[in-house]
Amino acid sequence: MNTRQQSKLIYSWYGKPMSSDRKLRTTQYKGIIITSESSRTETCIQLGDFILVEGVNADRPYVAQLLDLYEDGAQHKRAVVQWFCHIGEIPQNKRKLLKREISSQEVFFDQVLGYDTDIDAQTIIKSIMVIPLHPGEELPITLNKEQTFYVKQSWDGKCFKALSPDTFSKLKAKKKKGSTPDSSEPFIPSDILTPLKKETESVVQSATKPKNAESKHSVSKSSLAKERQSQRAVNDIKTPTARKKLELSSPTRSKGRLLGSEVLDLLDDDRDAIAPLESAATKRKVTFTSDILGSPPKIPCSNDKSKSVSDTAEPCQRFSDTIRLSPYPKAKDFSEKAKNLHVEDDIISLVGHQKPGTQSPVLTPRSRRTCAQRTSALIAQHISVLNQEDDLSSSDSSYSSSSEEEEEEEDVPCTPEKKTKSSRIFSTPKSSSKSSVHTPAKTPKKTPLPGTPKTPRNATPEIPRRSHAAQKPASVLEEARLRLHVSAVPESLPCREEEFQDIYNFVESKLIDGTGGCMYISGVPGTGKTATVHEVIRCLQQAAENDELPPFQLVEINGMKLTDPHQAYVQILELLTGQKVTATHAAVLLAKLFNTPGPKRKTTVLIVDELDLLWTRKQNVMYNLFDWPTQKHSKLIILAIANTMDLPERIMMNRVASRLGLTRMAFQPYTYKQLQHIISSRLKDVKAFEEDAIQLVSRKVAALSGDARRCLDICRRATEICEFAEPKRSPEIVGMAHVTEAIDEMFSSPYINAIRNASLHEQIFLKAILAEFRRAGVEEATVQQVYHQHMALCRIEGMQRPTVSEMMAICSRLGASRLLLLEASNKYLHMRVRLNLSQDDVMYALREE
Amino acid sequence: MKSAMSKRKLKDTCGASAECISQVQKILRERFCHRPSATGKLFGIEFQYSSCFSFPKMDQGSWLQFALKQGANPHPTAVPWHLLELLKRTTLHGESNSALIVGPRGSGKTTLLNHVLKDLREMKQVRGNLLEVHLNGLLQTSDKVALKEITRQLQLENVVGDKVFGSFAETLAFLLEALRKGDRTSSCPVLFVLDEFDLFVHHKNQTLLYNLFDISQSAQTPVTIIGLTCRQDILELLEKRVKSRFSHRQIYLMNSFDFKQYIKIFKEQLSLPAEFPDEPFAQKWNDNIQHLSEDKIVQDVLQNLFHHTKDLRSLYFLLMLAVSAVTVHHPLLTAADLQEASRQHSTDSKANIVHGLSVLEICLIIAMKHLNDVYDGEPFNFQMVYNEFQKFIQRKAHSMYNFEKPVVMKAFEHLLQLELVKPLERPSARAQREYLLMRLLLDNTQIMDALQVYPNCPTDVKQWAASSLSWL
Repeated sequence: MNTRQQSKLIYSWYGKPMSSDRKLRTTQYKGIIITSESSRTETCIQLGDFILVEGVNADRPYVAQLLDLYEDGAQHKRAVVQWFCHIGEIPQNKRKLLKREISSQEVFFDQVLGYDTDIDAQTIIKSIMVIPLHPGEELPITLNKEQTFYVKQSWDGKCFKALSPDTFSKLKAKKKKGSTPDSSEPFIPSDILTPLKKETESVVQSATKPKNAESKHSVSKSSLAKERQSQRAVNDIKTPTARKKLELSSPTRSKGRLLGSEVLDLLDDDRDAIAPLESAATKRKVTFTSDILGSPPKIPCSNDKSKSVSDTAEPCQRFSDTIRLSPYPKAKDFSEKAKNLHVEDDIISLVGHQKPGTQSPVLTPRSRRTCAQRTSALIAQHISVLNQEDDLSSSDSSYSSSSEEEEEEEDVPCTPEKKTKSSRIFSTPKSSSKSSVHTPAKTPKKTPLPGTPKTPRNATPEIPRRSHAAQKPASVLEEARLRLHVSAVPESLPCREEEFQDIYNFVESKLIDGTGGCMYISGVPGTGKTATVHEVIRCLQQAAENDELPPFQLVEINGMKLTDPHQAYVQILELLTGQKVTATHAAVLLAKLFNTPGPKRKTTVLIVDELDLLWTRKQNVMYNLFDWPTQKHSKLIILAIANTMDLPERIMMNRVASRLGLTRMAFQPYTYKQLQHIISSRLKDVKAFEEDAIQLVSRKVAALSGDARRCLDICRRATEICEFAEPKRSPEIVGMAHVTEAIDEMFSSPYINAIRNASLHEQIFLKAILAEFRRAGVEEATVQQVYHQHMALCRIEGMQRPTVSEMMAICSRLGASRLLLLEASNKYLHMRVRLNLSQDDVMYALREE
Repeated sequence: MKSAMSKRKLKDTCGASAECISQVQKILRERFCHRPSATGKLFGIEFQYSSCFSFPKMDQGSWLQFALKQGANPHPTAVPWHLLELLKRTTLHGESNSALIVGPRGSGKTTLLNHVLKDLREMKQVRGNLLEVHLNGLLQTSDKVALKEITRQLQLENVVGDKVFGSFAETLAFLLEALRKGDRTSSCPVLFVLDEFDLFVHHKNQTLLYNLFDISQSAQTPVTIIGLTCRQDILELLEKRVKSRFSHRQIYLMNSFDFKQYIKIFKEQLSLPAEFPDEPFAQKWNDNIQHLSEDKIVQDVLQNLFHHTKDLRSLYFLLMLAVSAVTVHHPLLTAADLQEASRQHSTDSKANIVHGLSVLEICLIIAMKHLNDVYDGEPFNFQMVYNEFQKFIQRKAHSMYNFEKPVVMKAFEHLLQLELVKPLERPSARAQREYLLMRLLLDNTQIMDALQVYPNCPTDVKQWAASSLSWL
């Protein structure tokens, strides 16, 4: 949706596929060509190049290094990257850790976990230069500001660190090589990701592959279709692990291998999670890296891994995937049997491969999760069992019936597979919580994202400061009044514990799962809906800050604070990304944001207050809001607040109500006991009210509305009355009398008083209306009719009768204060008149005197 | 008679100069016309609820300060005290509040507020601590306009940059952000005065009110919202969410004074101030006013007005008419002046129009009156009126010329233009003019009254007016 895309770029692969992975149905490439249709230019980006990636914010693309390129099963071009982050992406409060000015050209080597490193290749904008510098070095003055970035330090979500020498040299190396087009060797810092060296080897091998594949094809007369075979061959090439298994000519083995790689995946995950800790403790790092170096190429699995990170919600699906894929390695094995060229190599790699598997129990203690430890132990067990099996079955014909194989597959790997899934689920909060530092910075509303406030219109407006300091409360009553003000934020929300817990649990579970969902909260005004939700969010933010929960981004909109329902899009987008666009454009951008798995995206918690005002005739705003959370990648949690309990049934179309779901919560009006509790807890130790007085207020309000705001307002007014009534009495305490007076003041009907204070003719007019109503038997009369009655009454009272003009004046005065309801006045005498209060009230008011 | 005599005497003795009279006119006119200014006086309001404290004389400066000096403590619910304390707490403690001042038209809502604000501004601690935003429902007819006005009055528009104002949505977001930034202790409190508050209620979704009240109920910039309205049912108009956020402080103003106080107000309003340049004349004038207030005729006039309305504006209007009669040759107000003013004040506007009608038109109106009597107020058309008129001409009229139908039609259309008759529905091209249904916008009493004073009215017409069966 941004201008770059509008200029039509065509992405095509550079060169032939290097390798392919059968089970994942991916094909890897070493470069991608971006052709611009308008300018007819071609740019080739190869593995290891530094690139700009389209971000959430169009003017701020992300910087990354391209690690892998592949095409997945659905023919989507994907890329795996190592992120770098701008200063702008680092939370405000962490920036000061740097203690220096950061140029816009400086980026940080991003070690924050939880960011999706698997991106859509179409989001790549262009290639750039990233030059590593030593911490002391000054940024050289460069010619091309947009094209060159410098990296000095790494950022792991908590603190900045100097680049490890290894990383530095790799980056440096890359920089030098970068100029030569052939350099396809990507660099991966050893302490973050597993080295790619092996992978590059396999790339080299793959160059020799096509021939092999041909031969395979001719040799093997498998039952499978030709096409598929060739495909497999390609796949085969791609996954070195599988190939290696082949060379050992044991089909079951390969299964074990497969598992092994899965396990590796998992372990990689773990390692990733621990990596920042590792880098902090250098000792550990040493041991660890050695481990990794020994481990087999990791890249083939990287897709898998990244997928696992993003897809934790669907373990089953993934599981089935692997099962479905499992026969392929065997076929590969079979086809590659003839090829003994790399046996040695394979054996080596096998050793390397198995090592981490068996070692995993040793490794995992570093991860604090016992669950993960257990699973990896289990996995190790299974692997050894499988290995034994391999040995046994190695004499078998390499090509066994696929059904049998499948059965076996299902039996054996099932358990560990499931285990790994569960461990993954557990691992997600862990790994992503590393980046939780972001939450506090992003959550405060309206903090304009860096980079946006360039236009003068974004200048932050401010109400001038006051010239004298505000007075401190001097007396007990003033203190009480301050605490009783609705705006005073209490430490806790009494009487809403259950609701709090329910909402908290809901959001927390969704956050942990990394999924989306909606909750509808209803209740009459003043029952603490918004306050409770805010309290929940506050607690969640606290938890996120303490790394107990994954970080999230808070967006809050209020239907009443929007001028138009469609403005909701604009506000959400602005709060999320800082962009200011029109409503329709914002809707498109948001849909794109929530419907596609974005890189570097956290869960969003969206509070929609006064939901009913987002209603439009087509209800598309509501529909979209509730549709997004149901999307696979949305990571959107919506808390919708409104007054009416049956809003979904009443005003929403079925398709909207259905998307809203059935997670609902109703806030009941406060009972008098709860109100009493609320007041007492606010007052706490301030002794300003008599117990009975509080109870009276509570009972009165509970009987009327159960609105806590009302209750607090009455109490506040009562303190004022008390203060003025008895200024001399030192121990001021609000008693029954004061409270009663405040209640009367707030709830008394003004009509009676207004009638009693009306002028004589106005009162006679009201009497005339009553008389006319009685005569006609209808509660409506024209002014003319009332006029005749009025004159009759005047005659009885012996008063001068008013003229019609005076009558009309009286009538309109009474109408202005809405004692009467009048028609449009152009009908003059034929204007119809009705009473706005009951006849009894009028009679009562008139009779009294 | 007494007053007439005194007038003549005064004319002889004092011989008031032209400047003197113009001075009087100027002072009194200003007093009657520019009441909403801060110099206006509070009448009646101070008596409300103030059972245990009475203010001896309201004339000397601010009675509030007077009361403060006295160290007296009025009843807590005394209206001005309530309001002053409310605003004081906003400015001094940064406490957010909202209140409505409800009272019939002319009951002094704006005057009260201006008074309190003037007193407030005079306090030392308040100076520079209060921003005021005045909105009027008649001027700010939509939230968009209101928001722009708020931005302008808060002088925030310079922050907005070259483009003075963005869209409605932007302005709202901008303003809300501005107000959200502040906090209780450090931001300057903002006072919002919403005149004709009931008109804001009709804005779409009550967005402005919701947001203002929401700010007043949350820990943001301290604001106080004062709404002025004459509608007693104002709370029922507020949307439930808005209503919940409103603090329910209502200050009801009533014209609760009695006739004695009314006379007192009359006297005070007409009295010349002590600093009037021509002191002897001022003395005479004031004495005369004193006499007037005791005069029976004047009291009757005032009593009549008082019975009709307690709205002080009508009193001022009456006095304005009376004061206009004061000239160099007629330097002092008399009871007759007041009587004349009262007559003008209370004349019926429609009856006045009837005076200027031709005899034919009067006849048509009488015909309509009879139709109304016969058909009990059912609508009629021109043809019916014409038939009725024909009956009168043929049977009885000797003094009336038998007009042709088009002439009668013309007369009828003149009545239509004067809005003495009104068609039930808009005239359409299809309907014939003769058969359009009409209603008479005059009452029988008005017609009879008008006929009484109608010059040169033929007697048979008068008789016909009295009874439709007069020819029998």
